[in-house]
Amino acid sequence: MKLNRRHFLGTGIAASALLTAPTVWGQAKPKVVVIGGGAGGATAARYLAKDSDGAIEVTLVEANPIYTTCFFSNLYLGGFYDFEKLQHGYDKLAGGGVTVINDMATGVDRAARTVTLAGGQVLPYDRLILSPGIDFKDGSVPGWSLDAAEIMPHAYKAGPQTQLLKKQVEEMPEGGVFAMIAPPNPYRCPPGPYERISMVAHILKTKNPTAKIIIADPKEKFSKQALFEDGWNRHYAGMVEWIGPDFGGGKVEVRPEAMEVVIDGEVTKVACCNVIPGQKAGKIAELAGVTDDSGWAPVHPDSMKSKADENVWVLGDSSAQGDMPKSGFSANSQAKVAAMAIRGELTGSKSFPAKYSNTCWSLIAPDDGVKVGASYEPTPEKIASVESFISEVGEDAALRKATYEESLGWYAGITADMFG
Amino acid sequence: MTRRLSMAVLLLAFGTTPGAAEEIGDAARGADLFARQCQACHQIGEGAKNRVGPQLNKIFGRRAGSVEGFTYSRSMARMGADGLTWTLETLDAYLANPKALVSGTRMNYRGMPDPEARAALLAYLRDWSDRPQDIPESEPTARKTDPDLAPEVLALKGDPDYGEYLASECRTCHQADGSDQGIPSVTGWPEEDFVIAMHAYKQKLRPHPVMQMMASRLNDEEIAALAAYFATLK
Repeated sequence: MKLNRRHFLGTGIAASALLTAPTVWGQAKPKVVVIGGGAGGATAARYLAKDSDGAIEVTLVEANPIYTTCFFSNLYLGGFYDFEKLQHGYDKLAGGGVTVINDMATGVDRAARTVTLAGGQVLPYDRLILSPGIDFKDGSVPGWSLDAAEIMPHAYKAGPQTQLLKKQVEEMPEGGVFAMIAPPNPYRCPPGPYERISMVAHILKTKNPTAKIIIADPKEKFSKQALFEDGWNRHYAGMVEWIGPDFGGGKVEVRPEAMEVVIDGEVTKVACCNVIPGQKAGKIAELAGVTDDSGWAPVHPDSMKSKADENVWVLGDSSAQGDMPKSGFSANSQAKVAAMAIRGELTGSKSFPAKYSNTCWSLIAPDDGVKVGASYEPTPEKIASVESFISEVGEDAALRKATYEESLGWYAGITADMFG
Repeated sequence: MTRRLSMAVLLLAFGTTPGAAEEIGDAARGADLFARQCQACHQIGEGAKNRVGPQLNKIFGRRAGSVEGFTYSRSMARMGADGLTWTLETLDAYLANPKALVSGTRMNYRGMPDPEARAALLAYLRDWSDRPQDIPESEPTARKTDPDLAPEVLALKGDPDYGEYLASECRTCHQADGSDQGIPSVTGWPEEDFVIAMHAYKQKLRPHPVMQMMASRLNDEEIAALAAYFATLK
């Protein structure tokens, strides 16, 4: 890469035609602004800076100076992982040549190619990467709004919400009811709500064994369903009740003040209620005007480039790309394809065919881990699944333990890959 | 059921005795090879005990890393947990190049490159799996479909730039600095071992589903590119 570039500079300097490309030449290095410092944005920023060897000016805009990963936050909930271990700073990224700005992006002017921050700063860009995760759809769960999140937490953006939910579960009165309002498709981390149920059940089994768990679900089926149901039967028999749409799981209202959940007209008093609302792309994607009626941002399958603007990329949860689930693993995978494509456009480095992959591990009980995964390739219409696998019901304990241990290795791996 | 039936038919047709060894290789030569290359660490036969390596009676059909009382390397234990079972195929791959199949194995043996010698040794080992009367679960004795790689595949010189991009996919799980925290290190491997290991996943000889999936869509050039790139890492 280095060699190619030197060569290019050495021979190209005499070619006057090239001097008309101001973003490549002289003082003005090409600028990439990345909004969102999670699995998509941090990875993209890191790879762009690392692989371009300083030829691209990379700025990462992230509101939180310390990032808390949403993946593995269920394990914290279940007491299997320390909260501090979910938290990561950006100092290594900064040391690796990324300019990190802890501020909130409040606007994108795609015509002028600038990003405005809450603090007033205006950042010009040649290429913009949006990786803002999710936001919640207003009115998705009647009776619930973000204002109610202190009473009925969503805990679907990791941080204080996750800590609040854990505290509430641990303080449930004896024999109380834990309710989850599960989200409609598509949403971040398809097995996430059900791994969360497993973790809550694990806590209740040890601290509050007569407590009950109900899940109101608008979906006919859910990710890893057979594996979770088998696990719940084996570990938490009689504790978990799943109410699908046939039994009114989609007709739900919550009453935070009264701590009541109404499912298909039937009122239940609950001790703790986790509302995971319907979701859409992170707000800045909407403000930038790259989302469509679905609330997500369509992208080209071969590069993750926005279909609305050739200078904008959208990664991870916010993107509408096809078959990949919204997950940290997916966002990390997409970020590498995007970084390669952007580097190719800005510095002329080699580009290769996009390959994507994903694996999601879930913990059902101590040392009982399962996983699902697939590889993906772009087709003209979408990112399409090529091959997939899933853990099987009835696997022996050694394999389940190995799967769990592998997930710990994955967490260490992906966070090192994101944050350096 | 079908398998047994077809084997019975086969035996009748060729009029051989049900001694499996003849179909694999020269067990007498295998005994000699065992004495010279394996016996320092492994016991086999009546009263065999674990020594430097585990005892090898009834190894066919046994889960890797499962002999009671023997302390295995983390790699071997993990391969066993992932589902690696000793069959004619997997044992043959392991004997050919132990570290290509189980990267962190403690078996300090360089491998047996000659397929005929391996067949002889396997016939001998198989004999000690067959001799006891109570092992109906043993794998069939059909000759393995060869996972051998053509020399031109092994000789492929990969493009390290392409390898670097492809390797970014590996780094979601395998840490670049080579640390092993539940997912094995892939840095610092000899290029050829890397290529063999990836082909072993691709051909589903190695059991891990994520790796099988990752390897399955890589062509020979891409595997070579990855090996070339990882070889450049310290």
